[in-house]
Amino acid sequence: MNVAVAKTGNGRAVSDLFASAEGRLPGSPSVIAARREAFETYERLGLPHRRIEEWKYTDLRALVGEVLPLAAAPDAAGLKRAADAVKAHAIAGARKLVLVDGVFAPDLSDIKALASEAGFKTLRETLEKDSGLLKTAATDAVISLNAAMATDGVVLDIADGAQLSAPIQIIHIATAPSASTFTRSQIAVGKGARATIIESFVAAGAKAYQVNDAVILSVGDNADVAHIRLMDDSPDAVNVTSQFVTVGANTKLNFFNMTTGAAVSRLQGFITLAGEGSELSVNGVNLLQKTEHGDTTLVVDHAVPNCVSREVFRAVIDDRAHSVFQGRIIVRPDAQKTDGKMMIRALLLSDEAEADNKPELEIFADDVSCGHGATAGALDDSLLFYLKARGLPEKQAQALLIQAFVGEAIEQIADDDLREHVIGIAERWLERRQ
Amino acid sequence: MALLEVKDLKVRVEEREILHGLTLTVNEGEIHAIMGPNGSGKSTLSHVIAGKPGYEVTDGQILFKGEDLLEMAPNERAAKGVFLAFQYPVEIPGVATMNFLRTALNAQRKARGESEYSTPDFLKKVREVSKSLNVPQDMLKRGVNVGFSGGEKKRNEVLQMALFEPSLCILDEMDSGLDIDALRIAADGVNALHSPKRAMVVITHYQRLLNYIVPDIVHVMSKGRVVKSGGKELALELEASGYAQFEDAA
Repeated sequence: MNVAVAKTGNGRAVSDLFASAEGRLPGSPSVIAARREAFETYERLGLPHRRIEEWKYTDLRALVGEVLPLAAAPDAAGLKRAADAVKAHAIAGARKLVLVDGVFAPDLSDIKALASEAGFKTLRETLEKDSGLLKTAATDAVISLNAAMATDGVVLDIADGAQLSAPIQIIHIATAPSASTFTRSQIAVGKGARATIIESFVAAGAKAYQVNDAVILSVGDNADVAHIRLMDDSPDAVNVTSQFVTVGANTKLNFFNMTTGAAVSRLQGFITLAGEGSELSVNGVNLLQKTEHGDTTLVVDHAVPNCVSREVFRAVIDDRAHSVFQGRIIVRPDAQKTDGKMMIRALLLSDEAEADNKPELEIFADDVSCGHGATAGALDDSLLFYLKARGLPEKQAQALLIQAFVGEAIEQIADDDLREHVIGIAERWLERRQ
Repeated sequence: MALLEVKDLKVRVEEREILHGLTLTVNEGEIHAIMGPNGSGKSTLSHVIAGKPGYEVTDGQILFKGEDLLEMAPNERAAKGVFLAFQYPVEIPGVATMNFLRTALNAQRKARGESEYSTPDFLKKVREVSKSLNVPQDMLKRGVNVGFSGGEKKRNEVLQMALFEPSLCILDEMDSGLDIDALRIAADGVNALHSPKRAMVVITHYQRLLNYIVPDIVHVMSKGRVVKSGGKELALELEASGYAQFEDAA
């Protein structure tokens, strides 16, 4: 394909997209100016394609083609469906913050219960005063597009020393078919605070929609944070999420992602260890079938000495699905005594399934312990036969082995109830195979 | 009554014939020993009965309680009452033994049209069985066979045998890798499970195991056939004179 033609085509689609949405985008005049600038960056770059190294395996021009028009604010019927979806996907005891088609839904959220423990605003409110939230440490075409188009999101401020008594669950619900949503949230966790943040992406009747989400998370010194993302969008949806994480000193941050939905998905995380003595655990499971494409791309930047990072990823790939994992560990010149490890394993359930694993180490310090490993293979026939010889039918034997395979990543979730919830999602995915 | 009838069985593995027309009948309640040198086809026979992939049956048949076993998937054979105790039980990391046992038992019961065990009923049953076999509860919490010693792996096989209550147990080289104490414990378990309705086929290279599990009938296999059958004294004879005499007979 001719590059110039592709660019022009994409550019025109986006121009229409932005022009028709501009009147509905929140923000002060300076925010609107920042949006226009971000949009121009996007327009110049166009959707990422395979000749851009970071997007080599996830060519959005080929996989997605064009960005759909901005979703309208949900109507009464949409909100009713969203309320049902909240019931189905809420985690027991969690304080819910619900975004429906990219717009915060106060009636479905637990703002009052949250108020005593954390500061809360919507992105919409925040942007009336300040454009700071539209800036991020890293940027690319989809991040610029998010900055240009973000309609809403949650802005959470967890004070120093706060010990949250319940998890906070941010639920993204799509009710509008064939439309795009752009959300951006910021979560600031204060020094010595303890919090569990869950993000869920689900559909309520919508099909073939597109999600572009961004999350800016900062974790203060001595804080202890569990961050769990459960992406279970409609099987024909697109989900591109960018996360920007800054970690202070002596913290514990435990991140877990599970991808069980969307035709095309990309989770890109940019994590900077900016304070010494922190422990970072980043884990994930991709469960992909049919022609699904699931990409996890992470950059873990050890900017200071004496931090530990652990990445454990598992992908289960059936039919003609395609899983991508790109993990880069950067160790800056000053970051001595860094201990960074990354292990990626892919399980291929069909001959046409594809896994691309790309681990990268960029080490500029000389006293570090870093390593990575990547494997891809099929289910072990001798284990399958053992289980079948004990009475398990083929699919059930496979399911048991798949659960065991992903278990090593899931067991990194410390909270028993949350872990069971995640295992339940994996079990439902396995039942869909049977 | 005949439980297992193997008739003129011919089996190939990758173009090479391993069993050249093997015939064997096992009746309810009997203990059979199958002995023979390495490469005589003992383990192949056990694998074909259990339904392990990779074996091509070119002739003959295997009937179990009068039904054609070769038409059934391995899990169907298990539900019908065929149990193979593996020579080398596999380790399955991440699958807790307890979960595995319950899933397997309920899968078999479901296949037979029986009600599945509830969790409390299952726990009660597994406690009873493990207590009677002196299996420590700690073993049940670990991943299937993960980090088990050779003896523990074999005890886990015997535990499954007790739990699933099969009518035919095939013990493939149960003595391999076991010291004499572990062997005795495993053999005691097997003996405790022997009943007038349950038959055992003990496959072994050495006579040693038969000091602990006393067979009714001993078969000698050589080059893919049963070349001699007799009483338990045949095993002693083999121990004294070796397999060489039978290799010529085959």
